[in-house]
Amino acid sequence: MAADVTRQGVSAIDTPSNTIRFILDGERYELANVDPTRTVLQFLREDLGRKGTKEGCAEGDCGACTVVLLELNAEGDDVTLRPVNSCIQFLPTLDGKELLTVESLAREDGLHPVQQAMVDHHGSQCGFCTPGFVMSLFTLYKTNPKPTRREIDDALAGNLCRCTGYRPIVAAAEAMYDAETDTDWLRQPAAQDGRFKPPAVRVDALRDLQREASLQFAAAGRSFFAPLTADELAGLFANHPEATLLAGGTDIGLWVTKQHRELETVIYTGRVAELNESRVTASHIEIGAAVTLADAMEVIVANYPGLYELFWRFASPPIRNAGTLGGNIANGSPIGDSMPALMVLGSSLVLRRGRSRREVSLDDFYLDYQVKDLRAAEFVETVRIPVLSDDVIVGSHKLSKRFDQDISAVCNAYRLELDGETVTAFRMACGGMAATVRRAHNCEAAVTGKPWNEETIDAACKAFARDFEPISDMRASAGYRLRAAQNLLRRFYLESRGELEESVYAYGRS
Amino acid sequence: MAAAESRKRQSSTAAGKPLPHDSARLHVSGTAAYTDDLPEPRDLLHLAVGMSSKAHARIRKLDLTEVLAAEGVVDVCTASDIAGENNCGPIVHDEKIFNDDIVEYAGHAIFAVAARTVDQARKAARLAEIDYEEREPILDVITAVEKESFVLPSEQLQRGDADAALADAPHRLQRRLDVGSQDQFYLEGHVAMAVPGEDNTLTVYSSTQHPDEVQHLIAAATARSAKDIVCICRRMGGAFGGKESQAATIACMAALMAVKTGRACKLRLDRDDDMIMTGKRHDFVIDYDVGFDDDGRILGIHFTFASRCGISADLSGPVNDRTIFHCDNAYFLENVDIQSHRCKTHTVSNTAFRGFGGPQGMYAIEYAIDDIARTLDKDPLEVRRVNFYGVEDRNTTQYGQEIEDNIIHEIVDKLENDAKYQKRRKAIRNFNARNAILKRGVALTPVKFGISFTATHLNQAAALVHVYKDGSVHLNHGGTEMGQGLYIKVAQVVADEFGISIDRIRSNAADTSRVPNASATAASSGSDMNGKAAQQAAAKIRDRITEFAAAHFNVAESKIEFANDAVTIDGEAHPFEELVQLAWFHRVPMSATGFYKTPKIHYDRETFSGRPFFYYAYGAAVSEVVVDTLTGEYRLLRVDIVHDCGDSLNPAMDLGQVEGGYVQGVGWLTSEEVCWNDAGELTTHAPSTYKIPTCSDLAPDFRVQLLQESPNREDTIYRSKAVGEPPFMLAISAFHAIRDAIATEDRPLPDLQAPATPEAVLKAIEGGE
Repeated sequence: MAADVTRQGVSAIDTPSNTIRFILDGERYELANVDPTRTVLQFLREDLGRKGTKEGCAEGDCGACTVVLLELNAEGDDVTLRPVNSCIQFLPTLDGKELLTVESLAREDGLHPVQQAMVDHHGSQCGFCTPGFVMSLFTLYKTNPKPTRREIDDALAGNLCRCTGYRPIVAAAEAMYDAETDTDWLRQPAAQDGRFKPPAVRVDALRDLQREASLQFAAAGRSFFAPLTADELAGLFANHPEATLLAGGTDIGLWVTKQHRELETVIYTGRVAELNESRVTASHIEIGAAVTLADAMEVIVANYPGLYELFWRFASPPIRNAGTLGGNIANGSPIGDSMPALMVLGSSLVLRRGRSRREVSLDDFYLDYQVKDLRAAEFVETVRIPVLSDDVIVGSHKLSKRFDQDISAVCNAYRLELDGETVTAFRMACGGMAATVRRAHNCEAAVTGKPWNEETIDAACKAFARDFEPISDMRASAGYRLRAAQNLLRRFYLESRGELEESVYAYGRS
Repeated sequence: MAAAESRKRQSSTAAGKPLPHDSARLHVSGTAAYTDDLPEPRDLLHLAVGMSSKAHARIRKLDLTEVLAAEGVVDVCTASDIAGENNCGPIVHDEKIFNDDIVEYAGHAIFAVAARTVDQARKAARLAEIDYEEREPILDVITAVEKESFVLPSEQLQRGDADAALADAPHRLQRRLDVGSQDQFYLEGHVAMAVPGEDNTLTVYSSTQHPDEVQHLIAAATARSAKDIVCICRRMGGAFGGKESQAATIACMAALMAVKTGRACKLRLDRDDDMIMTGKRHDFVIDYDVGFDDDGRILGIHFTFASRCGISADLSGPVNDRTIFHCDNAYFLENVDIQSHRCKTHTVSNTAFRGFGGPQGMYAIEYAIDDIARTLDKDPLEVRRVNFYGVEDRNTTQYGQEIEDNIIHEIVDKLENDAKYQKRRKAIRNFNARNAILKRGVALTPVKFGISFTATHLNQAAALVHVYKDGSVHLNHGGTEMGQGLYIKVAQVVADEFGISIDRIRSNAADTSRVPNASATAASSGSDMNGKAAQQAAAKIRDRITEFAAAHFNVAESKIEFANDAVTIDGEAHPFEELVQLAWFHRVPMSATGFYKTPKIHYDRETFSGRPFFYYAYGAAVSEVVVDTLTGEYRLLRVDIVHDCGDSLNPAMDLGQVEGGYVQGVGWLTSEEVCWNDAGELTTHAPSTYKIPTCSDLAPDFRVQLLQESPNREDTIYRSKAVGEPPFMLAISAFHAIRDAIATEDRPLPDLQAPATPEAVLKAIEGGE
């Protein structure tokens, strides 16, 4: 269903709490009567006839639909800039933000430096993926003054190109900084020592969109709520226990675009203040359930550098920028990549229901395939990750057909504590090996208290085979899953002893 | 003549220059319009397809009541609504648009539903009640061969006496190979919009490589004639062969519904439906039995190819023929016996994909060569060289074509040197001796690929050029633009013929009402054929202007020259548009058609002999990888390529084809795995489960050169060569680099199968299960 669209110049106007408001190309859009599950891509293409943004897969895996969102930072004096997949982003989640699409970049007097570099280096062939690449490159341009090849690869990990083989796109990424720039903020690259803050008028326009009262409306037979506080969320959920909690929408989006499910009531967590905060205390990292994967991984990896590769390979930037840590956990997929690591760290979840809270160990949260220890109207409020001492060795491995943006066949995480050569504590958890992510208890027992040597690892691998009976599917056979998970444990052993410095992926990269 | 053309090229303003893609600025700004971006007629209906959920069944009852009752639904269309022929088979008429009796794969189309919105149509399409009487499906090639389930008769090509040569050979080995399928994964899925016009006409906008076929199949299905149907395609968002025959099915559905409802109808397949419903590269099971001497020279070889064609013939005949023509790659096979089975399975009908059967043939012979080298403990490159076609002798293919343009020796010599192959091979051996877990490997493989449609009659093209009074030019030809840069390359030819700058020329969409009966843009032949046709059309107009000017200015025609946006007449330059204006004023016709038919080719399909190819394109690649022997994961480290484009019409476009083709080929042989479950359902039908290469899969060190100073020896357009398909097969080097990395003294011939996913690599390392 098409929305009723009002466009006007940006100015502070009181709008009712049932109207979605955002900025596109300097104009404020006010949308009433919006189907809450209409996607940003549908809005752009079908309602506005703005056809530059393409649909390649409608599931957030190809990047042809990539757009950029500008959001006011917590202090309200700067903006953050994030690429997201518009094909699975529901329209009401734009509320309070500025949207940039490929059409936003070119001016009458010429292409944006990113676009020009793509032309100069022959970065487009069929051109269908190109608008998405341009938006991912634009984000890189605005956030990183001199990316390494690895950073370029990462920035483009969510964009598929079938024609070029990527070499010319990488060349464009390297050359886009060479262009003459002017005072247009969109055309200024990231400064060497930080970002160019946007002009005040841009920040003010976003500030004018912020709400005192939460957005809520009903349309097309569906209701949408975007509570602003955890208390409000808890109350709403108590009143609507049948509601779908929407965070980044990187999975729920597919319920709508692929499964054509009808979501009657949607409660969006993206605006809940407490759920969007993280803090680090002496004992814990506490991450609000609606903190994006991108932001969460920054905090986690700062404490646990051994998890760097795992998070670096976690989906793609657009997915990490929309998807949330809480969503990954609460969704509870057996192939969710965050959980094995969080499990071995001894993480727990603060669950909220109405006014009451309880804390559940992540080990105990998953009961069976897609069954969680989560009651009606209960939601994950905070993820609590212990801060462990520096001598605890933490590592993780992800195995998939493709390096970037692939779902794990196997995802292992390990936590090792040694006293000299003796293992005082060992934990291992696996994704992709069972109906839920879970610990490898037999394997753990075979290692704990033993000397950290090859003999122990051999025994551990044997024990591991009693921990899991994986399935065969299109990602991997059962035999490979088991064998590779065991071999990855061997790899962890070698890595812990400094005997294997690089993975194949780090090899040959700058 | 070659020299004359080279001279001409030096003064060229356009041809040979690395000009950007004609739509590059539109691509990057989001203003290039693809079929789904075109303005929509006011009363447009959106379609979705109702598909079979069973791999093989008879439909006892089809009840569409719920579909018709669903919100927004306007109509449905089934086989009984087809006034003409219910067929979308391009060569053999063996595939229905809508199936009402037997369904033969999970995804087979049964009906289409039209609704006011895309969502409504897609939701409604799931509401059909279908009562199936299930039948036993054949889901794999081996079973199909056992049951002699074929879409077309098996073929055999023999030369010499393979059996005797094998019996007498000092060495002999056999192997069975699996080589996987591959989805085209064009970023723009299939889409067509049919708009009814007056008096039973239809204009159809289709994302197709073959507008002519779309036009004719729609005419047949709607019981009209070709004159009533116009098919237009300005550009596709990628195609790779996947929109050669498959586009017609989608366009026919839109057209049939448009006829039934009298309203404009658009069908855009969801990605999952696209991957389920449309054909892919043929997966093959290949057996070979090869005999060779101590030098590794092949004395006799026997190949059995069995391919998954799916439910119908589609293009499987010529695809499998091309396998027969390319299982020699660059090697002389004196005694050879090739069997080819075209298997019918209850899976989607496989179709064209870049290389068109050639890659599977080359994969087989390259594997055999690698096996021979490893058996003899020789550098595989040495064995390749021993077997290369000769230049003066040993230069007749198994199908009887004499190779007159063999340059594989110089390409491989140059590449070996530029890539420092020998030095790196030594370094890799040292590395592997020092490292227990990570192993590196390197391989150099050649490509020789035959250029022309093997069906001789398809090797024709036409063009239509208009010169307007202001000196601007409208260019039409039968070729379609799918990203390969065809339109800029043909425009460069026309610019050179008129001596004008490229921005005077606009390329029109492929349009069946402007250029009739065009062949598919396929077989890499787009610029060869359309370039020549457009050259002729432009030359006709130029010659008319010349003739006029000679008379008008009273000078000899030899004193008239077209260059630098001007016509110089006896030393005096007249701006091009002035002379055009003058010629128009004197009633010189400013529009002309051009036509081209590829010369020299002939071929007898009964005997598999003749000259099916006008010439060959060559190339070679060195790939280096590192493999983790604990998990089978690997990474490309460095790639060096020398590829032959003749005198390139546009080195930037050609480089893009070489690089992109290589990476796509690596995908085929590594991460791209097409999987079916036991019920015959495709389980890899979206990018979440089907993994094409991403940016980080590109080798960090990627060095590609186009072979210089090597004009085509045949009289092609400005002595260029076709480039669309040949580079795809350069990726076989990456596969053999992986095999090289995991080969050890204990395991000299790892049984690595394609695609070499990490799982397949680990399986080969551990010797199988």
